[in-house]
Amino acid sequence: MAEIELDHVVKRYPDGALAVQDFNLTIADKEFIILVGPSGCGKSTTLNMVAGLEDITQGELRIDGKVMNTVAPKDRDIAMVFQSYALYPHMTVAENMGFPLRLAKVDKATIRQKVEEAAEMLELTQHLDRKPSNLSGGQRQRVAMGRAIVRSPKAFLMDEPLSNLDAKLRVQMRTQVSRIQKTLGTTTLYVTHDQTEAMTLGDRVVVMRAGIIQQVGAPQELYDAPKNIFVAGFIGSPSMNFLPAQINGGQVTTALGTVDLPDELRRAVESRGGGGEVIIGIRPEHFEIGRLKEGVPGGRFNATFDIVESMGSDIFAYFTLSGSGAKSKELEELAADTGQESLGGDGIQVGVRLDPEARVSDGSTAELWYDTSKLHIFDLKSGENLTHEVAKASSAASTVDGPGARNASAAAASAAVGDGGADTAGADPLRKD
Amino acid sequence: MTTLAELNSTPGKKAAWWVADIAVVIYALIPVIWTISLSLKTPGNINDGKYLPTGGMSFESYQAIFKDTVFTRALINSIGICLISTAIALLLGVFAAYAIARLDFPGKKLMIMMSLLVAMFPQIALITPLFKIETAIGIFDTWPGLIIPYVTFALPLAIYTLSAFFREIPWELEKAAKMDGATPFQAFKDVIAPLALPGVFTTAILVFISCWNDFLYALSLTSTSAARTVPAAMSYFTGATTYEVPVGPITAAAVVITIPVLVLVLLFQRRIVAGLTNGAVKG
Ligand SMILES: Nc1ncnc2c1ncn2[C@@H]1O[C@H](COP(=O)(O)OP(=O)(O)OP(=O)(O)O)[C@@H](O)[C@H]1O
Ligand SMILES: [Mg+2]
Repeated sequence: MAEIELDHVVKRYPDGALAVQDFNLTIADKEFIILVGPSGCGKSTTLNMVAGLEDITQGELRIDGKVMNTVAPKDRDIAMVFQSYALYPHMTVAENMGFPLRLAKVDKATIRQKVEEAAEMLELTQHLDRKPSNLSGGQRQRVAMGRAIVRSPKAFLMDEPLSNLDAKLRVQMRTQVSRIQKTLGTTTLYVTHDQTEAMTLGDRVVVMRAGIIQQVGAPQELYDAPKNIFVAGFIGSPSMNFLPAQINGGQVTTALGTVDLPDELRRAVESRGGGGEVIIGIRPEHFEIGRLKEGVPGGRFNATFDIVESMGSDIFAYFTLSGSGAKSKELEELAADTGQESLGGDGIQVGVRLDPEARVSDGSTAELWYDTSKLHIFDLKSGENLTHEVAKASSAASTVDGPGARNASAAAASAAVGDGGADTAGADPLRKD
Repeated sequence: MTTLAELNSTPGKKAAWWVADIAVVIYALIPVIWTISLSLKTPGNINDGKYLPTGGMSFESYQAIFKDTVFTRALINSIGICLISTAIALLLGVFAAYAIARLDFPGKKLMIMMSLLVAMFPQIALITPLFKIETAIGIFDTWPGLIIPYVTFALPLAIYTLSAFFREIPWELEKAAKMDGATPFQAFKDVIAPLALPGVFTTAILVFISCWNDFLYALSLTSTSAARTVPAAMSYFTGATTYEVPVGPITAAAVVITIPVLVLVLLFQRRIVAGLTNGAVKG
C-alpha cells in the first residue's frame, strides 16, 4: 500500500540516450496505472527506475513521501513481474514463491502457509513441487505473479507480464491480474503494449512517446478526448481515421466533402488560433449508414466499400478515398509501431463501424453519415488536438460519474481500510472483466 | 526428396561414422594400452617387444613404486598442491569472471587483455626469474612455491570458461533476486552460483588437469621431495644400473597418476548437466 510519486524524473543512459524526459506522475494508493506507448518509448526504463534497477538521472522518486532515489531495490519493498517471468530454474515452484520470504527471514511455517495461500489463489497448488522448466507458459506466468504477491509488497511493477502468452491465455490471465489487484488493493504500475489491457485493466492510463508523457487519464477519457494526434491514433482499435482538411470560415473541407463545423468546435479552433490546413480525426463508430440517420445533422457522402466484415453486433466496413492521406510525424511513427506502414499507397483508407441494420456488402455503394460534433481537429504542425476541451466536456457529461467520480471513489477506498479495494472495483464503470 | 538428415541416417553413413569413431578411439588408446601393458610386464619381459604382456603379468612395478617413499611422497604433494591451486583459482576465477560478465568497470578491457597475456606468455621464459624470486623470499621447494605459479597460469583459463558460463545466465534472474529482497551477495549465492555450478565443475576439472600434468615448474622449482610432484619425481626414478631406464616403475607411476583424473572426470561429469537454466525464462 503506497503512494508513488515521480517528480520531474529524467533518465539518460550512459551512452547518452535520453530514455525518459521530465516524467511527472502521482500514483495514488491502491491505484492501477497502465503505461503504454510504442516500442522504445521508455516504459521499461520508467518501471526500472521505480524498481531501483536503473538509476534516476534527475528528479525525485518518492514512495509514501520518502525519497527513494538512492535506496537499494531490496529496501523499496516493491515486487516486480518480468516479461520473461525470470523464475529461478533450480528451485521448485514453492521455493520460487517463497524466496522473497526466505530472504526476509520469515520462519518456515509462515512461508509455507503464505505460499499455499498464494498457490490457491493462482490455482498452482498441485504444481508446488515441480520445477519451472516443466510448467506451461501460463503456469510460469502465475508462479511469477505468486512470487510477487506472497510478501504483500507496497507496490507491484509489471513489465508486459502477459506478452509471452498466446491470445486466449492472455485474456484469461488479464482477468486474473485484475482480480488479484482488486482483492489485494496493491498499488500497481503495469507496462503493456496491448490495447485491450490498457483499456480494461487500469484506473488511469499513461501514454508515452519517445520518453515524454503524452497524456494521463482514465481509459475512456483518453479515448474520448485525446490531447494530440498521437494519443488519438494510439488508443482505440480499430483506430481513428485521419484526413487532411481545410478549415475556412465555419466550414471544413475534406475528401468527404465540405460541411459546416458545429459552433463549439469552430470556437475551440478559433480560440487556439487554428484554421487553414489541419488534420481531422473521426472514430469508426461516429460513421453510420445515411438512411438510419435521416434528418440528423452531420456530414454525408457516398462510399463504395472494399471490405465489409459483419461481426453480428456490428459491421466493420472499409473504403478508400482518393487523394493523399494525412501526413504527420506522429502518424508515421504509429504506423511503424503497428506494422501498418504504407498499406494503401495511393488513397486514404477509412474504416467505419456500422449498425447491423446497414446491410451493406463488398463492392456496394451507400450513403454514409458522420457525426460532425464528434470530429477531432488536430493542428498540422504540432499535432495537438485543438478541440480537446470540447471533447473532454462532452466525455465527462456522457459518462455516468465521469473521471472526477473515479478519483473520489479511489479516495473513499483508501479511507476505508478493510475491503476498500473491492469497493473501488464495484464503483468503477470502466473496469470490465 | 531426401533431406540432409535422411542422407546422414542411411545405414551406410552410420557405418562410416562408426568406423571413423573407432579409428579415433584406437589411435588415442594405443599409447595408453601400451603404457599399461609395460607396467604389468615382469622386469625380464619389458624388452620382449610384445604389445600385450603375454609373457606373464606381475604387479612388481606397482609394488616397487609404492614401497619407495619418493613416489608416495610425490603423490601426496601432487594431490595437495593441485587441490589447493584449483580451489584458489576457482575462487578468484569465479569472482573475476562474474565481474567481467556482469559489471562495467573502468579497466575491464585492460584486465581481460592482461589475463590473455598471462595465458600466452611462454612459461619457460619465467623459470629463471621465478627461481630467483622464490629462493629470495624462501618459498623455493615448498608447496606455496608451486601453488602460486599454478594459480597464476590457471586463472586466465578459469576466468575465460567461467565468464562464458556466467554470460549464459539470464541477467533478469539477478534483477528478480534483487527485487525479491536479496543483497548482491545473496543474489550471487542463492541464484547465480547454483546456476553456474556446471561451469564451475567444468573449470575445476580443466584447472586440476593442467596443474596435475605440469612438469616444467615441478621440475625447476623444487629440489627435494618436500614439494616435488609425481611428473617431476618420475624423472628421478632410477633403474637397477645407471644405464638402465626404469621403464616398469615409470609406466606404473604414469598409470597411477591417471587414476585420480579419471575419477574426477567421472565424478563430476554427472553434475555437468546441460540445460540447467531451462525454464528460467520463456524459451
Ligand atoms: N541499457 C541501455 N543503454 C542505453 N540505452 C538504453 C538502454 N536501455 C534502453 N535504452 C534506450 O532507452 C529507450 C527506452 O527503452 P525502454 O526499454 O524503456 O523502452 P520500452 O518502452 O520498454 O520499449 P519496449 O516496448 O520495446 O519494451 C530506447 O530508445 C532504448 O534504446
Ligand atoms: Mg520494455
